[in-house]
Amino acid sequence: MSAGGITAEPPVVAAPPPSGEPGRLGRVLVSAFFLAPALFMLGVWMVYPAVYTIIRSFFGQTGFFGHWVGIDNYKTLFTTSTLTTAIKNNAIWVAVVPALVTAIGLVFAVLTERVRWAVAFKTVVFLPMAISAFATGVTWRIMYQQDPGLGAVNALGKTISGVFSPAGVLSSALPSTPALQSAGGALVLKTPTHPGGVVLLGLTGIAPDQVPKSSAQAVTPAAKPGDIVGTVWRDFKPGGGKPGLVEKGELGLPGVTVQLRDAAGKTVQSTKSNRDGSYDFKNVPAGTYHAAIGSQTFAKPFGGYAWLGPNLIVPSLMIAYIWIWAGFAMVVIGAGLASMPRDVLEAARTDGATEWQTFRRVTVPLLMPVLSVVFVTMIINVLKVFDIVYALAPESEYAKANVIALAMYFTAFQGAGNFGVGSAIAVFLFLLVIPVLALNIRRFKREA
Amino acid sequence: MTRTRIGVVCITVAVALLAAGLAGAGTRSHHHTGQNLAVKGTITFDGIWTASSGQKQFADVIKLFNKTYPNVKVNYKPVGDSLPTVLATAVAGGNPPDMADIAQPGTVAQFAKQGKLKPITYAKGTIAKNYVASWQQLGTYSGKLYALVFKAANKSVVWYNVPAFKAAGVKPPKTFSQLLAAAKVIKSSGTPAYSIGGADGWTLTDMFENIYLRTFGAAKYNALSAHKIKWTDPSVKTALTTMGKIIGDTGNLAGGTSGALQYGFNDSVTNAFGSPPKAAMVFEADFVGGVISSSTKAKAKTGFNTFTWPSITPGADAGGVEIGGDLFVTFRDTPAIEAFVKFLATAPAAEAWAKQGGFGTGNKNVPASIYPDAITKATEAPIGSAKSVVFDMSDEQPPSFGATAGQGEWGLFQDFLKNPKNVAGIQAKLEAAAKSSYAKGK
Repeated sequence: MSAGGITAEPPVVAAPPPSGEPGRLGRVLVSAFFLAPALFMLGVWMVYPAVYTIIRSFFGQTGFFGHWVGIDNYKTLFTTSTLTTAIKNNAIWVAVVPALVTAIGLVFAVLTERVRWAVAFKTVVFLPMAISAFATGVTWRIMYQQDPGLGAVNALGKTISGVFSPAGVLSSALPSTPALQSAGGALVLKTPTHPGGVVLLGLTGIAPDQVPKSSAQAVTPAAKPGDIVGTVWRDFKPGGGKPGLVEKGELGLPGVTVQLRDAAGKTVQSTKSNRDGSYDFKNVPAGTYHAAIGSQTFAKPFGGYAWLGPNLIVPSLMIAYIWIWAGFAMVVIGAGLASMPRDVLEAARTDGATEWQTFRRVTVPLLMPVLSVVFVTMIINVLKVFDIVYALAPESEYAKANVIALAMYFTAFQGAGNFGVGSAIAVFLFLLVIPVLALNIRRFKREA
Repeated sequence: MTRTRIGVVCITVAVALLAAGLAGAGTRSHHHTGQNLAVKGTITFDGIWTASSGQKQFADVIKLFNKTYPNVKVNYKPVGDSLPTVLATAVAGGNPPDMADIAQPGTVAQFAKQGKLKPITYAKGTIAKNYVASWQQLGTYSGKLYALVFKAANKSVVWYNVPAFKAAGVKPPKTFSQLLAAAKVIKSSGTPAYSIGGADGWTLTDMFENIYLRTFGAAKYNALSAHKIKWTDPSVKTALTTMGKIIGDTGNLAGGTSGALQYGFNDSVTNAFGSPPKAAMVFEADFVGGVISSSTKAKAKTGFNTFTWPSITPGADAGGVEIGGDLFVTFRDTPAIEAFVKFLATAPAAEAWAKQGGFGTGNKNVPASIYPDAITKATEAPIGSAKSVVFDMSDEQPPSFGATAGQGEWGLFQDFLKNPKNVAGIQAKLEAAAKSSYAKGK
């Protein structure tokens, strides 16, 4: 129909064929013939399972006959803590992810218009879309490992933190006797000492390969008048040995910084241990002292953040999910951007609008239809999010990371095998998707 | 009766002659005396073993069966780990296979309760003749024998890193106090003693079950397993407190508590047997060996070895073994199925697989010499000579309590690993979860 034309006359219809009725029947038959396969598929794969699921959701775990439970399955859905967590998590996903994906997609699309290697950049951003979500989950699970030796994200953290706070040489060491006490990361010997004393600082928990190669059999140095002498050594031999006693087979720890602290706790002297672990504080004035090993010796290396732990699991999952979908958003929005009338932008710039104003007042409003398509598509995708959570979250955090689709799978097919509650969850998810779907369909119609 | 048998013999002889005649000299001739041609039919069998995990070995068992029953065709379908899902759907849809192998007794119990399984009472005699005393009990549900545990895995085993033990100068412990003492020494040698795969909840329940079995014995174990003892019982408190002595020693776990929660079972094995080792021992079943040989370079005896789960209360559990295993169940009853089930309960059937490794059995007529190497012999032979055998407890319970990721027993033991001091709190939660699962099961 021509735009704006108001026509009272009915649309022109082709003249009916002379034979009349049989021709109409023939047309119906032909259209039925072409529609049948699609309708059949739709019926078998969509309508029947949907109807069956709705009916099934009113029956108990074991089957149909005599197992009518009414809305009990739906009650279970809203009263079981694992399922309510799933609903809550899905709400967080819907609130956060579609908006972020759309925003990031928009930024990428606008920026790629201006960079040199636009195609290469777009390809890289879009690439995750080509990987299955399951593979993405597995990949990110490895990247998120807490051990910086395994996970790429924490390895980066370790490299950075290594520059600012390097790990100590004996980061895993522990005191061998209770007399040696931890104080602010350092180890301080509780027993006081005086000039002429001998102080033994025994450490354990040091793996054999952590002991410096140059180390030799530990010895207890002889007391010297006016000096405080002692030894730092690996107070361990196969079988354990006697803690606090320098024995044969136990190695000295060379190069350890030993401090001498006065009664007030102030470090008055510091020295390094020799190959056999012995050290010597020379010419110590009379008084009461404590020997200590400085905290930098025991500084722990960066242990990594628990990305997959209970506190960070949901944001970690979202990051991986956004990583996948940002490319999709970028491509769709980019297409919208390409078909945008340039003259409007030029007019805005000629009128003296800044880049930000042009973006905010011209580009975004003109792109609104495309942005809403991306946004609504993402809402639907996020509502039924499943594979990324299943593949990425460690089993120990499923309860924390749970989402509706995952809860449905576990309830119906894993372990419990409760098809009743599983169906109820599926119906609930279906009900959530319907309004978004209706919105989408209405817009399609309007655009057509 | 006599007439049919004569008929059978005649046919057998005729077939043998014909085969010999056709094949000529030098090829195999069918002169097995016990051949039974009267039993005919096809058996569909859904199992978890795939090409990489035992399908070939099971095919050898079927081949041996076909030597006696050439007219029975067993169609084995390798479904893989999704078997419980596939089976639950098939049963709900009213079209199960003839037979299936299920690793969770809890699932078998559910099917039995729903009346989907056929009892295998006919195999009782064969099982009694071949297996250790408690074996029938493993397949019995509400008084009827429904399942044959064909393949078993010894779960009362601890795997240790030999060089790490040597560096610490400790010997494999025999009692729990020796274990704790050894762990302390290993810690001061610079290597954490324990490698825990806490991301897989079942590794934690397995540890608890071994502790419970070794503290209170098989009878009480089975009572707790059937929820005749509540999880709030003082005995559970004792066992959890004992377990806390292991998992509560944060500095002695590979990766500390937060690491232990993120390492899965496979990680826990590679942590203990990789180089350099991040821990000295792993508490898990015989299948640890498979992971060691596929993912690490450690060699048997010089790199890794095993010891039996240390005893806790002297005498409470003398010779008790906890197993996991495959339960063979039948959804139909035909002469062919009966013949196959009876055959599977005999020693030759078990030997056909056992000699290839990766297989344990409580069949006391299978000689220990059949196992292909020293480690397998050390882990599997105790099942065949055990005084009492109990099934993995978490597997025996309703799956929503004992076998669902992140919830029920698995999830709660992970909470316990996070905070091993909270014994009473975990007990209360376990009891609440068990109560609701058992109520739903009915």
